Amino acid sequence: MNNTINLVVDGRPIQGRPGQSILEAAQAAGIWIPRLCYSKGLVPHGSCRLCTVYVNGRPQSACTQPVAEGMFVEANSQRLLELRRDLVEMLLIDGNHFCMFCEKSGSCELQALAYRFGITAPRYPYLWPQRELDASHPDIFIDRNRCILCARCVRASRDVDGKHVFGFYGRGPGKRVAVNAHVRLADTDAAVTDKALEVCPVGALVPKHQGFTVPIGQRPFDQRPIGSDTQPEKAPKTR
Amino acid sequence: MAKPKIATTSLAGCFGCHMSILDIDERILELGQLVEFDKSPINDLKRFRGPVDVGLIEGGCCNEENVRVLQDFRRHCRVLVSLGDCAIMGGVPALRNMIPLKECLEEAFCHGVTLHNTNGRIPNDAEIPLLLDKVYPCHEVVKIDCFLPGCPPSADAIWEALLALLHGKPVELPYELIKYD
Repeated sequence: MNNTINLVVDGRPIQGRPGQSILEAAQAAGIWIPRLCYSKGLVPHGSCRLCTVYVNGRPQSACTQPVAEGMFVEANSQRLLELRRDLVEMLLIDGNHFCMFCEKSGSCELQALAYRFGITAPRYPYLWPQRELDASHPDIFIDRNRCILCARCVRASRDVDGKHVFGFYGRGPGKRVAVNAHVRLADTDAAVTDKALEVCPVGALVPKHQGFTVPIGQRPFDQRPIGSDTQPEKAPKTR
Repeated sequence: MAKPKIATTSLAGCFGCHMSILDIDERILELGQLVEFDKSPINDLKRFRGPVDVGLIEGGCCNEENVRVLQDFRRHCRVLVSLGDCAIMGGVPALRNMIPLKECLEEAFCHGVTLHNTNGRIPNDAEIPLLLDKVYPCHEVVKIDCFLPGCPPSADAIWEALLALLHGKPVELPYELIKYD
Protein backbone atom coordinates (compact mmCIF):
# COMPACT_ATOMS: atom_id res chain seq x y z
CA MET A 1 0.00 0.00 0.00
CA ASN A 2 1.24 3.44 -0.86
CA ASN A 3 1.66 5.45 2.33
CA THR A 4 2.32 8.80 0.70
CA ILE A 5 -0.40 11.37 0.18
CA ASN A 6 0.17 14.07 -2.40
CA LEU A 7 -1.24 17.52 -1.89
CA VAL A 8 -0.48 21.06 -2.98
CA VAL A 9 0.13 23.81 -0.41
CA ASP A 10 0.47 27.39 -1.65
CA GLY A 11 1.26 26.07 -5.13
CA ARG A 12 3.97 23.71 -3.86
CA PRO A 13 3.47 19.95 -4.23
CA ILE A 14 4.18 18.28 -0.86
CA GLN A 15 3.79 14.82 0.62
CA GLY A 16 1.98 13.78 3.77
CA ARG A 17 1.33 10.55 5.65
CA PRO A 18 -2.10 9.05 6.34
CA GLY A 19 -3.58 10.58 9.49
CA GLN A 20 -1.22 13.53 9.44
CA SER A 21 -2.83 16.96 9.74
CA ILE A 22 -2.37 19.62 7.07
CA LEU A 23 -0.51 21.73 9.64
CA GLU A 24 2.01 18.98 10.41
CA ALA A 25 2.50 17.94 6.79
CA ALA A 26 3.08 21.57 5.79
CA GLN A 27 5.50 22.06 8.69
CA ALA A 28 7.49 18.99 7.62
CA ALA A 29 7.71 20.52 4.15
CA GLY A 30 8.96 23.86 5.50
CA ILE A 31 5.66 25.75 5.33
CA TRP A 32 4.68 27.38 8.61
CA ILE A 33 1.00 27.89 9.30
CA PRO A 34 0.27 30.28 12.22
CA ARG A 35 -1.33 28.55 15.23
CA LEU A 36 -2.13 29.18 18.89
CA CYS A 37 -4.13 26.30 20.38
CA TYR A 38 -2.03 23.71 18.55
CA SER A 39 0.95 22.44 20.51
CA LYS A 40 3.11 19.55 19.33
CA GLY A 41 2.35 16.39 21.28
CA LEU A 42 -1.14 17.44 22.36
CA VAL A 43 -4.42 16.30 20.83
CA PRO A 44 -5.43 19.02 18.33
CA HIS A 45 -8.24 21.22 19.56
CA GLY A 46 -9.11 23.36 16.53
CA SER A 47 -10.50 26.17 18.67
CA CYS A 48 -8.33 29.22 18.01
CA ARG A 49 -9.01 29.11 14.24
CA LEU A 50 -5.69 30.81 13.57
CA CYS A 51 -4.47 27.91 11.45
CA THR A 52 -7.53 28.16 9.22
CA VAL A 53 -6.58 27.43 5.61
CA TYR A 54 -8.66 27.08 2.47
CA VAL A 55 -8.89 23.44 1.41
CA ASN A 56 -10.18 23.27 -2.16
CA GLY A 57 -11.71 26.69 -1.42
CA ARG A 58 -13.36 25.76 1.90
CA PRO A 59 -12.08 27.04 5.26
CA GLN A 60 -10.74 24.27 7.54
CA SER A 61 -8.52 24.31 10.61
CA ALA A 62 -5.18 22.90 9.47
CA CYS A 63 -4.43 21.34 12.87
CA THR A 64 -7.49 19.06 12.82
CA GLN A 65 -7.99 18.40 9.10
CA PRO A 66 -6.12 15.29 7.90
CA VAL A 67 -4.29 15.41 4.59
CA ALA A 68 -6.03 13.80 1.62
CA GLU A 69 -4.87 12.92 -1.88
CA GLY A 70 -5.09 15.81 -4.33
CA MET A 71 -5.94 18.55 -1.82
CA PHE A 72 -5.30 22.12 -2.87
CA VAL A 73 -4.45 24.12 0.23
CA GLU A 74 -4.18 27.89 0.46
CA ALA A 75 -2.17 28.36 3.65
CA ASN A 76 -0.48 31.76 3.70
CA SER A 77 -2.26 34.20 1.39
CA GLN A 78 -3.01 37.88 1.87
CA ARG A 79 -6.70 37.21 2.62
CA LEU A 80 -5.75 34.63 5.28
CA LEU A 81 -3.21 37.04 6.77
CA GLU A 82 -6.01 39.62 7.08
CA LEU A 83 -8.27 37.11 8.85
CA ARG A 84 -5.49 35.97 11.19
CA ARG A 85 -4.65 39.58 12.02
CA ASP A 86 -8.29 40.11 12.90
CA LEU A 87 -8.29 37.07 15.19
CA VAL A 88 -5.15 38.21 17.00
CA GLU A 89 -6.47 41.76 17.34
CA MET A 90 -9.71 40.40 18.81
CA LEU A 91 -7.75 38.27 21.29
CA LEU A 92 -5.76 41.36 22.30
CA ILE A 93 -8.88 43.37 23.18
CA ASP A 94 -10.81 40.40 24.59
CA GLY A 95 -8.47 39.93 27.56
CA ASN A 96 -6.47 42.35 29.68
CA HIS A 97 -3.03 42.04 28.14
CA PHE A 98 -0.48 44.26 29.87
CA CYS A 99 2.60 43.28 27.88
CA MET A 100 4.71 46.00 29.51
CA PHE A 101 5.00 44.14 32.80
CA CYS A 102 4.09 40.57 31.83
CA GLU A 103 6.72 37.91 32.61
CA LYS A 104 5.84 36.19 29.37
CA SER A 105 6.74 39.17 27.14
CA GLY A 106 9.28 38.09 24.55
CA SER A 107 8.28 34.44 24.78
CA CYS A 108 4.49 34.89 24.49
CA GLU A 109 3.05 33.28 21.37
CA LEU A 110 0.09 35.68 21.17
CA GLN A 111 2.45 38.66 21.28
CA ALA A 112 4.81 36.98 18.82
CA LEU A 113 1.99 36.44 16.32
CA ALA A 114 0.99 40.09 16.68
CA TYR A 115 4.61 41.04 15.94
CA ARG A 116 4.78 38.67 12.98
CA PHE A 117 1.58 40.14 11.56
CA GLY A 118 2.87 43.69 12.04
CA ILE A 119 0.11 44.73 14.45
CA THR A 120 0.92 48.02 16.18
CA ALA A 121 -2.54 48.57 17.69
CA PRO A 122 -5.80 46.59 17.59
CA ARG A 123 -8.58 48.25 15.61
CA TYR A 124 -11.31 47.18 18.04
CA PRO A 125 -12.22 48.91 21.31
CA TYR A 126 -10.77 47.28 24.43
CA LEU A 127 -13.33 45.33 26.46
CA TRP A 128 -11.61 45.36 29.90
CA PRO A 129 -13.35 42.23 31.16
CA GLN A 130 -13.43 41.27 34.86
CA ARG A 131 -11.14 38.26 35.27
CA GLU A 132 -9.99 36.43 38.39
CA LEU A 133 -6.44 35.82 39.49
CA ASP A 134 -5.58 32.72 41.55
CA ALA A 135 -2.31 33.00 43.46
CA SER A 136 -3.22 30.40 46.09
CA HIS A 137 -0.72 27.78 44.94
CA PRO A 138 2.79 28.17 46.44
CA ASP A 139 4.57 27.70 43.08
CA ILE A 140 2.05 28.61 40.36
CA PHE A 141 -0.41 31.39 39.63
CA ILE A 142 -3.26 31.66 37.16
CA ASP A 143 -3.89 35.09 35.67
CA ARG A 144 -7.13 34.76 33.75
CA ASN A 145 -6.68 38.32 32.41
CA ARG A 146 -4.11 36.84 30.04
CA CYS A 147 -5.89 33.56 29.25
CA ILE A 148 -6.95 33.00 25.62
CA LEU A 149 -8.87 29.73 26.30
CA CYS A 150 -6.64 27.65 24.00
CA ALA A 151 -7.15 24.59 26.23
CA ARG A 152 -3.49 23.60 26.02
CA CYS A 153 -3.34 23.29 29.84
CA VAL A 154 -6.61 21.33 29.86
CA ARG A 155 -5.26 18.81 27.34
CA ALA A 156 -1.74 18.60 28.79
CA SER A 157 -3.00 18.06 32.34
CA ARG A 158 -5.47 15.42 31.19
CA ASP A 159 -3.38 13.55 28.59
CA VAL A 160 0.26 14.11 29.60
CA ASP A 161 0.26 14.85 33.35
CA GLY A 162 -2.69 12.51 33.93
CA LYS A 163 -4.12 14.89 36.53
CA HIS A 164 -7.21 16.59 35.06
CA VAL A 165 -6.37 19.81 36.91
CA PHE A 166 -7.87 22.23 34.39
CA GLY A 167 -11.17 22.57 32.60
CA PHE A 168 -13.58 25.25 31.43
CA TYR A 169 -16.74 26.74 32.86
CA GLY A 170 -19.18 29.26 31.42
CA ARG A 171 -19.91 30.06 27.80
CA GLY A 172 -19.17 32.81 25.30
CA PRO A 173 -17.63 35.91 26.87
CA GLY A 174 -18.14 34.32 30.31
CA LYS A 175 -15.98 31.28 29.55
CA ARG A 176 -13.06 30.86 31.95
CA VAL A 177 -10.43 28.26 32.75
CA ALA A 178 -11.39 26.37 35.91
CA VAL A 179 -9.45 24.22 38.36
CA ASN A 180 -10.43 20.78 39.63
CA ALA A 181 -11.14 21.90 43.19
CA HIS A 182 -13.84 23.85 44.98
CA VAL A 183 -12.19 27.22 44.27
CA ARG A 184 -8.42 27.30 44.52
CA LEU A 185 -5.53 25.96 42.45
CA ALA A 186 -3.78 25.22 45.76
CA ASP A 187 -6.35 22.48 46.44
CA THR A 188 -5.50 20.56 43.24
CA ASP A 189 -2.65 18.19 42.33
CA ALA A 190 -1.00 20.87 40.15
CA ALA A 191 2.80 20.98 40.35
CA VAL A 192 5.23 23.49 38.88
CA THR A 193 6.82 20.71 36.80
CA ASP A 194 3.53 19.92 35.01
CA LYS A 195 3.41 19.93 31.22
CA ALA A 196 0.30 22.11 31.60
CA LEU A 197 2.48 25.07 32.65
CA GLU A 198 5.10 24.54 30.01
CA VAL A 199 2.59 24.61 27.16
CA CYS A 200 0.71 27.80 28.12
CA PRO A 201 1.33 30.09 25.12
CA VAL A 202 0.62 33.27 27.10
CA GLY A 203 1.27 34.42 30.67
CA ALA A 204 -1.89 32.87 32.12
CA LEU A 205 -0.32 29.87 33.86
CA VAL A 206 2.98 31.01 35.30
CA PRO A 207 5.56 29.51 37.67
CA LYS A 208 6.26 31.76 40.66
CA HIS A 209 9.71 32.87 41.87
CA GLN A 210 11.33 32.93 38.42
CA GLY A 211 10.12 35.85 36.29
CA PHE A 212 12.20 38.00 33.95
CA THR A 213 15.20 35.66 33.91
CA VAL A 214 16.13 36.13 30.23
CA PRO A 215 17.41 39.62 29.36
CA ILE A 216 15.49 41.74 26.83
CA GLY A 217 16.99 41.12 23.40
CA GLN A 218 17.71 37.43 24.08
CA ARG A 219 14.15 36.15 24.51
CA PRO A 220 12.77 33.75 21.88
CA PHE A 221 10.85 36.29 19.80
CA ASP A 222 12.98 39.43 20.35
CA GLN A 223 14.98 39.16 17.13
CA ARG A 224 13.18 36.67 14.89
CA PRO A 225 9.46 36.23 14.18
CA ILE A 226 7.64 33.16 15.50
CA GLY A 227 7.73 30.34 12.94
CA SER A 228 11.11 31.46 11.54
CA ASP A 229 12.63 28.07 12.38
CA THR A 230 10.27 26.44 9.89
CA GLN A 231 9.82 29.24 7.40
CA PRO A 232 11.75 32.52 7.68
CA GLU A 233 9.61 35.55 7.01
CA LYS A 234 10.26 39.23 6.85
CA ALA A 235 7.78 41.00 9.10
CA PRO A 236 5.03 42.51 6.97
CA LYS A 237 4.34 46.21 6.81
CA THR A 238 3.20 47.55 10.15
CA ARG A 239 0.00 49.48 10.59
CA MET B 1 11.64 76.40 3.12
CA ALA B 2 10.57 76.48 6.76
CA LYS B 3 11.53 73.52 8.93
CA PRO B 4 8.78 70.99 9.68
CA LYS B 5 7.29 71.41 13.14
CA ILE B 6 6.74 68.76 15.76
CA ALA B 7 4.85 68.88 19.05
CA THR B 8 4.79 66.41 21.93
CA THR B 9 2.79 65.88 25.10
CA SER B 10 2.45 63.43 27.95
CA LEU B 11 -1.12 62.64 29.00
CA ALA B 12 -1.67 59.73 31.43
CA GLY B 13 1.92 58.59 31.01
CA CYS B 14 5.10 58.49 33.06
CA PHE B 15 7.30 60.60 30.75
CA GLY B 16 9.24 57.42 29.94
CA CYS B 17 8.43 57.84 26.25
CA HIS B 18 9.80 61.38 26.38
CA MET B 19 12.94 60.00 28.02
CA SER B 20 13.14 57.60 25.10
CA ILE B 21 12.94 60.56 22.69
CA LEU B 22 15.96 62.03 24.49
CA ASP B 23 17.61 58.61 24.28
CA ILE B 24 18.30 59.18 20.55
CA ASP B 25 21.61 60.52 21.94
CA GLU B 26 23.66 62.73 19.62
CA ARG B 27 20.99 62.43 16.94
CA ILE B 28 19.11 65.05 18.98
CA LEU B 29 21.44 67.63 17.38
CA GLU B 30 20.39 66.37 13.97
CA LEU B 31 16.75 66.52 15.08
CA GLY B 32 17.30 70.16 16.10
CA GLN B 33 18.57 70.87 12.55
CA LEU B 34 15.70 68.95 11.01
CA VAL B 35 12.66 70.24 12.89
CA GLU B 36 11.33 73.06 14.97
CA PHE B 37 9.59 72.17 18.24
CA ASP B 38 6.18 73.67 18.83
CA LYS B 39 4.19 72.88 22.03
CA SER B 40 6.21 70.34 23.98
CA PRO B 41 7.56 69.69 27.48
CA ILE B 42 11.00 69.58 25.87
CA ASN B 43 10.96 73.36 25.22
CA ASP B 44 8.26 74.02 27.86
CA LEU B 45 6.02 75.73 25.30
CA LYS B 46 2.47 75.58 26.73
CA ARG B 47 0.39 76.61 23.70
CA PHE B 48 0.44 75.85 20.00
CA ARG B 49 1.84 78.71 17.88
CA GLY B 50 0.32 77.34 14.68
CA PRO B 51 -0.16 74.19 12.62
CA VAL B 52 2.26 71.37 13.26
CA ASP B 53 3.42 68.54 11.00
CA VAL B 54 3.87 65.70 13.51
CA GLY B 55 2.39 65.40 17.00
CA LEU B 56 3.64 62.73 19.40
CA ILE B 57 1.21 61.67 22.13
CA GLU B 58 2.49 59.81 25.18
CA GLY B 59 -0.11 58.34 27.55
CA GLY B 60 -3.81 57.60 27.30
CA CYS B 61 -6.75 59.70 28.51
CA CYS B 62 -7.56 59.30 32.20
CA ASN B 63 -9.24 62.68 32.79
CA GLU B 64 -11.07 65.50 31.02
CA GLU B 65 -7.91 67.59 30.69
CA ASN B 66 -6.19 64.75 28.79
CA VAL B 67 -9.11 64.70 26.36
CA ARG B 68 -8.95 68.48 25.82
CA VAL B 69 -5.18 68.40 25.21
CA LEU B 70 -5.55 65.45 22.84
CA GLN B 71 -8.31 67.20 20.88
CA ASP B 72 -6.13 70.33 20.72
CA PHE B 73 -3.31 68.19 19.29
CA ARG B 74 -5.65 66.67 16.73
CA ARG B 75 -6.74 70.14 15.61
CA HIS B 76 -3.15 71.35 15.19
CA CYS B 77 -1.27 68.28 13.93
CA ARG B 78 -1.24 66.97 10.39
CA VAL B 79 -0.02 63.55 11.55
CA LEU B 80 -0.79 62.35 15.07
CA VAL B 81 1.27 59.52 16.57
CA SER B 82 0.35 57.35 19.56
CA LEU B 83 3.73 56.95 21.22
CA GLY B 84 4.03 53.97 23.55
CA ASP B 85 1.74 51.40 25.13
CA CYS B 86 -0.18 53.87 27.36
CA ALA B 87 -1.30 55.93 24.34
CA ILE B 88 -2.14 52.72 22.47
CA MET B 89 -3.91 50.65 25.15
CA GLY B 90 -3.94 52.69 28.37
CA GLY B 91 -0.92 50.98 29.92
CA VAL B 92 -0.41 50.76 33.68
CA PRO B 93 -2.95 53.54 34.44
CA ALA B 94 -5.56 51.34 32.70
CA LEU B 95 -5.17 48.71 35.44
CA ARG B 96 -8.05 50.57 37.09
CA ASN B 97 -10.33 49.88 34.12
CA MET B 98 -11.49 46.59 35.60
CA ILE B 99 -12.50 48.27 38.88
CA PRO B 100 -15.44 50.69 39.19
CA LEU B 101 -14.25 54.32 39.52
CA LYS B 102 -16.05 54.83 42.85
CA GLU B 103 -14.22 51.84 44.37
CA CYS B 104 -10.88 53.16 43.09
CA LEU B 105 -11.45 56.61 44.61
CA GLU B 106 -12.71 55.19 47.91
CA GLU B 107 -9.67 52.93 48.17
CA ALA B 108 -7.38 55.89 47.46
CA PHE B 109 -9.07 58.52 49.66
CA CYS B 110 -11.33 56.76 52.20
CA HIS B 111 -10.21 53.21 53.04
CA GLY B 112 -6.51 52.94 52.16
CA VAL B 113 -4.49 51.40 55.01
CA THR B 114 -1.72 54.01 54.83
CA LEU B 115 -4.20 56.86 54.37
CA HIS B 116 -4.17 60.14 56.30
CA ASN B 117 -7.29 61.98 55.18
CA THR B 118 -9.03 63.47 58.22
CA ASN B 119 -12.33 64.36 56.55
CA GLY B 120 -12.52 60.98 54.77
CA ARG B 121 -13.90 62.61 51.61
CA ILE B 122 -12.92 62.21 47.97
CA PRO B 123 -11.33 65.53 46.81
CA ASN B 124 -13.68 67.51 44.60
CA ASP B 125 -12.03 70.80 43.66
CA ALA B 126 -12.69 72.68 40.42
CA GLU B 127 -8.89 72.86 39.98
CA ILE B 128 -8.62 69.05 39.78
CA PRO B 129 -9.48 67.63 36.36
CA LEU B 130 -12.40 65.21 36.57
CA LEU B 131 -11.45 61.56 36.16
CA LEU B 132 -13.01 59.62 33.29
CA ASP B 133 -14.85 56.36 34.03
CA LYS B 134 -11.83 54.51 32.65
CA VAL B 135 -8.53 55.18 30.94
CA TYR B 136 -9.01 55.41 27.17
CA PRO B 137 -6.45 54.71 24.47
CA CYS B 138 -5.93 57.82 22.32
CA HIS B 139 -7.42 56.22 19.20
CA GLU B 140 -10.71 55.68 21.05
CA VAL B 141 -10.91 59.49 21.53
CA VAL B 142 -9.52 61.03 18.31
CA LYS B 143 -8.23 59.75 14.96
CA ILE B 144 -4.65 58.53 15.31
CA ASP B 145 -2.53 58.17 12.17
CA CYS B 146 0.42 56.11 13.39
CA PHE B 147 1.14 53.78 16.31
CA LEU B 148 4.55 53.21 17.90
CA PRO B 149 4.17 50.52 20.57
CA GLY B 150 6.67 49.86 23.33
CA CYS B 151 7.18 50.62 26.99
CA PRO B 152 8.84 52.80 25.99
CA PRO B 153 9.30 52.56 22.22
CA SER B 154 13.05 52.33 21.66
CA ALA B 155 14.95 55.47 20.65
CA ASP B 156 15.74 53.79 17.32
CA ALA B 157 12.04 53.09 16.68
CA ILE B 158 11.16 56.73 17.44
CA TRP B 159 13.99 58.02 15.28
CA GLU B 160 13.17 55.78 12.29
CA ALA B 161 9.46 56.61 12.51
CA LEU B 162 10.09 60.36 12.83
CA LEU B 163 12.42 60.39 9.82
CA ALA B 164 9.84 58.53 7.72
CA LEU B 165 6.99 60.82 8.81
CA LEU B 166 9.00 64.00 8.25
CA HIS B 167 9.87 62.83 4.73
CA GLY B 168 6.25 61.90 4.06
CA LYS B 169 7.07 58.19 3.76
CA PRO B 170 5.11 55.27 5.27
CA VAL B 171 6.43 54.08 8.62
CA GLU B 172 7.84 50.59 8.04
CA LEU B 173 9.88 49.51 11.02
CA PRO B 174 12.04 46.37 11.02
CA TYR B 175 10.84 43.42 13.14
CA GLU B 176 13.20 44.10 16.06
CA LEU B 177 11.85 47.61 16.60
CA ILE B 178 8.18 46.73 17.14
CA LYS B 179 7.86 45.60 20.77
CA TYR B 180 5.04 45.81 23.30
CA ASP B 181 7.39 45.97 26.30
